[in-house]
Amino acid sequence: MEKDSVPQDNSPTYAGLRKLLYAVDAQGKYTGVPSTGWEVESFATQTAVGELDRLRRDAWQRARNGQTSTLEFHMYRNRMELDTLAATTGIWRWRVRRHFDPGRFAKLSVRDLTRYADAMGITIDALRAVPDQAD
Amino acid sequence: MVAFQHRQAAHCESGVVASLVSHYGLPMSEPMAFGLAAALAFAYLPFIKMGGMPLISYRMWPGAIVTAMHKRLGITMERQTFRDSAAGMAALDAQLDAGRAVGLQTCIYWLPYVPEQFRFHFNVHNLIVYGRDGDEYLVSDPLFETVTRCPRDALAKARFAKGAMEAKGLMYYPKQAVPNIDYRKLLPAVIRANYRNMMQPLFPMIGIKGIRFLARNIVKLEKKKDPSLPLYLTHIVRMQEEIGSGGAGFRFIYASFLQEAAALLENAVVMDAAKQLTAAGDEWRRFALHATKMIRGRSPMDSQAIAGILNHCADREAAMWKTLITSI
Repeated sequence: MEKDSVPQDNSPTYAGLRKLLYAVDAQGKYTGVPSTGWEVESFATQTAVGELDRLRRDAWQRARNGQTSTLEFHMYRNRMELDTLAATTGIWRWRVRRHFDPGRFAKLSVRDLTRYADAMGITIDALRAVPDQAD
Repeated sequence: MVAFQHRQAAHCESGVVASLVSHYGLPMSEPMAFGLAAALAFAYLPFIKMGGMPLISYRMWPGAIVTAMHKRLGITMERQTFRDSAAGMAALDAQLDAGRAVGLQTCIYWLPYVPEQFRFHFNVHNLIVYGRDGDEYLVSDPLFETVTRCPRDALAKARFAKGAMEAKGLMYYPKQAVPNIDYRKLLPAVIRANYRNMMQPLFPMIGIKGIRFLARNIVKLEKKKDPSLPLYLTHIVRMQEEIGSGGAGFRFIYASFLQEAAALLENAVVMDAAKQLTAAGDEWRRFALHATKMIRGRSPMDSQAIAGILNHCADREAAMWKTLITSI
């Protein structure tokens, strides 16, 4: 890549940061060039974030309706999915999935609740509730 | 506290290692650290899932650059992990009090100075801590243009976050001053090691063969009319461009290393190989661009064309390695 073709697309996903890329100058020599983002990369990131947002809103609605536990909502809200939550808490996937059942979640021990809350960096009280707004 | 020279880097691990080695006596660029570790790679491992998506990597596994410094520089890289965060933070404080700068492995999600947009549960983000001001740590994070600070609680949380590839508080630093090295002896050896990674892998999902394997799989998904194809392509682009410095980015880092190596070895063929690898990197960027156009529906989905570009990347990289290996 040439220095002039280093993308400077002011990507919103860069939050004003500049990332360093290596590119060749007019003499063909490599040098570090800061980039404000590339639209292609930004699209991929936003798709991934958008997918998590969609899942979070969906979980929020179902948690409000009592169709899932508040755990599922907080999982997406903290940018996790089933694999990540299982890995960060050390609780098996199939158990995590069972804890999405509101009835089972209500009966959960303080020990397990603490594991979930710690992994997300929130309090147990917060874990047990859903906010009034999905966002 | 020690005077520390912060440098921004394209990739966190090579950046941290280059800055640490420079700090401990041997001035070294980021591409040189990357090249000495023979860190350029490709791996497509569909049976390892991350968030439900297959693992695709464009470089060696995390930690490889740190450990390569043992072998290549003949120094001892002290690497410590800890059972709990209290012990880990105490050990960090002890090193800082002794006037050392140390590398840490962290989970980027818990670092408060990182903008929301970059915060995913990614356990292998490397940074340097070079001092402490009360309960605040002085941080040289290679993702950023300048140094920053991180409160104690947050740093402890980031070092001891659990999950895939968890850090367990990993802290590392060169145990002694880094001596001068004989580049003329070392460079051919590390280039040959990287040749083997790419051209003679133990498994066909790795190296040049891995790139072609990925290309075949994309065609297969379209033949099966798999509805997840666009999401799958987005994932590839994301792994390539966003995670770390991206697939093409690693090609450019290695090409920059080859330029440095060519000057040290006074070898024109190595210089030419750098040019070839730059062209391969550009081809990877073309892949990301075209795949994204198809995902967004701005051009019709054509898996054959996408696979064609990937095979082209593989051809260019293979040709580059063949040139390179005969010249050293």
